[in-house]
Amino acid sequence: MSKVHVYKRDHINTDEIIPARYLNTDDETELAKHCLEDLDVDFVNKVEAGDIIVAGEDFGCGSSREHAIWAIRGAGVQTVIAKTFARIFYRNAINNGFYVIESPEAIEKINNGDELEIDYKTGLIKNETAGIDIKFAPLPDFALEIIKAGGLLNKLVKNNH
Amino acid sequence: MGMTITEKILSRAAGKDKVTPGEIINAKLDVVMCHDVSTPPAISMLVEKGIDKVFDREKIIVTPDHFQPAKDIKSAELHKRLDEWTRRHKIKHYYKLGRVGVCHALLPEQGHIRPGEVIIGGDSHTCTYGAFAAFGTGVGSTDLAAAVATGELWFKVPASMKFILNGSLGSGVYSKDVILAIIARIGVDGALYRAMEFVGPVLASMSMEARMTITNMAIEAGAKNGIMGFDKVTKQYLDEHLKDKKDYTVYESDEDAEYVSVEVFDCSAIEPMVALPHLPSNGVPISECAGKEMDQAYIGSCTNGRIEDLRIAAEILKGKKVTIRTLVVPATPAIWKQAKDEGLFDAFYDAGCVIAAPTCGACLGGFMGVLAEGEKCISTTNRNFVGRMGHPKSEVYLASPATAAASAIQGKLADPRNYLE
Ligand code: SF4
Repeated sequence: MSKVHVYKRDHINTDEIIPARYLNTDDETELAKHCLEDLDVDFVNKVEAGDIIVAGEDFGCGSSREHAIWAIRGAGVQTVIAKTFARIFYRNAINNGFYVIESPEAIEKINNGDELEIDYKTGLIKNETAGIDIKFAPLPDFALEIIKAGGLLNKLVKNNH
Repeated sequence: MGMTITEKILSRAAGKDKVTPGEIINAKLDVVMCHDVSTPPAISMLVEKGIDKVFDREKIIVTPDHFQPAKDIKSAELHKRLDEWTRRHKIKHYYKLGRVGVCHALLPEQGHIRPGEVIIGGDSHTCTYGAFAAFGTGVGSTDLAAAVATGELWFKVPASMKFILNGSLGSGVYSKDVILAIIARIGVDGALYRAMEFVGPVLASMSMEARMTITNMAIEAGAKNGIMGFDKVTKQYLDEHLKDKKDYTVYESDEDAEYVSVEVFDCSAIEPMVALPHLPSNGVPISECAGKEMDQAYIGSCTNGRIEDLRIAAEILKGKKVTIRTLVVPATPAIWKQAKDEGLFDAFYDAGCVIAAPTCGACLGGFMGVLAEGEKCISTTNRNFVGRMGHPKSEVYLASPATAAASAIQGKLADPRNYLE
């Protein structure tokens, strides 16, 4: 069971997720220390392995820095559920084998601290705290293939052998 | 049904007669741009997976520009990793300190951008290259790694939106004001996953420099790429800049190509614009925000650090004094030299500005002009997100070089038209 951190905001951008002043490294543990720092300084103290972020529209807009995914993943976050995602962030997530969920209604039906159970295959979020089910469209097949391989590069390596 | 220019370029790159929006394709890449933030992690991934190779040593352009000259030990290490890799694979186009500049200003200037080609870069503003009737889009490090090793990437073909730019620009109004007005209308996700295709008489009157300011900011509306048609201005720029490979294919949108939307702008009605914190879509006319006090002015970046931008700023600053700290950062060494040769540095120096070496630097809050808590900066860059240029409680106001120069003189947001005849 995973705990939720809700940010009722649209356009949470990559500068808020991992500020550019920390881009002089690509070390995931180092980046994770500053995850969401300019949005919520306290996030890194609250987050626990397996937790989930819920947000509004256009999550991850701005820069192409994959460091945003690494910071979030490094902090132990299991997935991000947003109304919509910015294009490059979404692509980076898939390429890293990090499953993100697009759901227009999640932000209305999930509150801070709620406990969720997610079935990624069928596309179902069970909000155990509120006792409601939220359906979502699972990722398309080509994306699932990349995620199953553990990311785009692993898939490349496999195809090469 | 016809195809848009974006669809035509992508279908050529995918080796197909036709592609349709939404379709997933595998496209061959013509140019891959690598800089100092996104590339070192890509290299590490390739090494770790045992696929440390490059698809074509002549099609990869290496531009360590973000923290250049190295701002600290960690960024020096990034440059070192990039340097070792570049040498190991004998990458042909490696721009080192002294020849390197802000990637998106450097690539066209050095003749690496050709119409009809597919260019990807480990940087979101790779969409800039669409000004040359090419497909340019930004990717993260994993995509970059795959691109470098294989010369191919998967893409979802974007649907196109058409932006018709009518009328003509008034005095003191520039391409930056046009793109800020467009983003103010459609929002920062108004073109999410789409191609933004710009057409219309206003473009015909713009230089390539001015056009690149528009396509540069397509990503600020969420777009996958921004694109423009080819004309005699494009041709002349290419004639002057292309070096090794001078041939290219020109694609045009068909009459009956399909667009998800068509937006018409009367550019004659556009005033100098300022995008207020903290979104590029918060653009308002200068008449609604003039007088707001600033602490710093920044003239530079891949959006507005080209020679034309520096000329516009120098024209306004000539014979005047700035009242706030003002940084002028020519985007490339060639621009730096040209500005010096044209005497623009005198205008900047006399006005009290500092002239820096080409770098991304302060644009991303890296170094060379970082803001303290509560400070406000009028900037010719493309992003004004929270903390973008420094402290999370600092503020960035986006505008044209003319508006930034006028504001530098007054120490507050100011209308550049007061300084032009
Ligand atoms: S100048 Fe700014 S926006 Fe452009 S590439 Fe550099 S950091 Fe990015």
